Amino acid sequence: MTSEPVISAKNLSLTFETNDGPVHALKDVTLDINKGDFVSFIGPSGCGKTTFLRVMADLEKPTAGEITVNGVSPEEARKARAYGYVFQHAGLYPWRTIGGNIRLPLEIMGASKAEQDAAVKEVLELVHLDGFEKKFPWQLSGGMQQRASIARALAFHADILLMDEPFGALDEIVRDHLNEQVLELWARTNKTIGFVTHSIPEAVYLSTKIVVMSPRPGRITDVIESTLPKERPLEIRDSPEFIEIAHRVRDGLRAGHEDDA
Amino acid sequence: MAGLWHRLGPIVTVVIAIFVLWYAGAVALNAAWAQDKAKRNNIELSFSELVADTMSQKKPKLPAPHQVGQEIWKTTGAMVLKGKAFSKRSLLYHSGVTLSSTLLGFAMGTALGIALAVGIVYNRTMDMSVMPWVIASQTIPILAIAPMIIVVLNAVGISGLLPKAVISMYLSFFPVVVGMVKGLRSPDHMQLDQMKTWSATDGQEFWKLRLPSSMPYLFTSLKIAMAASLVGAIVGELPTGAIAGLGARLLGGSYYGQTIQIWSALITAAALAAALVGLIGLMQTMVLKRMGMVR
Repeated sequence: MTSEPVISAKNLSLTFETNDGPVHALKDVTLDINKGDFVSFIGPSGCGKTTFLRVMADLEKPTAGEITVNGVSPEEARKARAYGYVFQHAGLYPWRTIGGNIRLPLEIMGASKAEQDAAVKEVLELVHLDGFEKKFPWQLSGGMQQRASIARALAFHADILLMDEPFGALDEIVRDHLNEQVLELWARTNKTIGFVTHSIPEAVYLSTKIVVMSPRPGRITDVIESTLPKERPLEIRDSPEFIEIAHRVRDGLRAGHEDDA
Repeated sequence: MAGLWHRLGPIVTVVIAIFVLWYAGAVALNAAWAQDKAKRNNIELSFSELVADTMSQKKPKLPAPHQVGQEIWKTTGAMVLKGKAFSKRSLLYHSGVTLSSTLLGFAMGTALGIALAVGIVYNRTMDMSVMPWVIASQTIPILAIAPMIIVVLNAVGISGLLPKAVISMYLSFFPVVVGMVKGLRSPDHMQLDQMKTWSATDGQEFWKLRLPSSMPYLFTSLKIAMAASLVGAIVGELPTGAIAGLGARLLGGSYYGQTIQIWSALITAAALAAALVGLIGLMQTMVLKRMGMVR
């Protein structure tokens, strides 16, 4: 790709000062994410994958290095509403309907009623929750709630979607189903997606680029460009190509752990 | 039917136990006076005569429940039937006086409590400085400060309802501050981060997240505040010369040893408090149900 990367990090470091001394959550992280990429961040806990995502979202400030989002600082990008962020828990407001929850960011951003109505209809359809607008969160299953939370992140048409272990709390079968839907959604919207996970099959199945990270200090140990086609039925997970990539991810994770053993 | 008993059974049992204890207490405490009377008249009382006497004295140490019940009926229902529902001898009149300052004080206390809580949550200086004063304010005995409030407000020309309401406010703002500070701080990190990703202003965060999240805490506080407010109103009526209100009935009763009048005022106050707290409980259930916070 010839265009500017959507997200570009150069020698990015983030050190938390704690009572037990400094913790190097990120150290010298350099990575480019291009438009339309689906990038997964995988690694054991403490490897800085979530921290990296939070730095992109301006929820954490790096202590050294540079990062740009859409060519500007994360803070400017956040204020320009450049990204939607999906947390591990759906975090829907119990006192708002599904539609009301999706409207929430739009109300905050001052969208008109007509714009809100149109957006709610559009994103509910994208996550296959049409007809659930008037339901309350407690009337939905965990998987459906998480889909509603993705719809909410999509509602204001940001080009970037950042997802922090969005399916971590869901069971395997629901997770498979949602993975398929996320791929479909990505194909239809052509968004740039950053996706944190600790599931190898999930990372390989979803991504065009897999970033393997390891802890103490949090750093990137491998970046794998996926050779899988864009069209991915669930059965692709049994193909030799898929197993090959999963193998490389596993090797990368193991290499990061060697100095621990 | 079984379901109804399941709900009412424990309540009925406790009520029966209270009545049994109350009657037993009345007999035990009033027996000495009955015996004295009998001795002076050189009469020997049988047990049943003794029990009957303990329950029909004019100024018993502990009036029996039915005596209190009769007194309450005489000063409420019977007055209504005579068309004098709000004469000065009617408990309804006195309850109304106490109720009005309770409600005014409650409203003022709730407003003050919420305002202080918002200040504490949003202003670092207030967070560090206000709470100790709020707590200190509640360690001062209300009986000591109530006359001062009445005197000071009278000196600046404020009398009547407002000084009593101020005393109610003084007691009722406290649970609201404590509950609302906790309630406004109840949204977790994730919810606050989420607001930040949308670049929400402080105001939007308050109205759309913090305030709705605090509702369960608010209603719990309001129940305590309402009960405290009623106590404040009654206490506030004592130093005003006991002209009107349930507090006045209590004080008047104690001047003249009218224990039945004292107890009927007490029971009325308790019933009033129960009704007010129950009303807030009802509102709580309705609001929280609508908000999807109880199921």
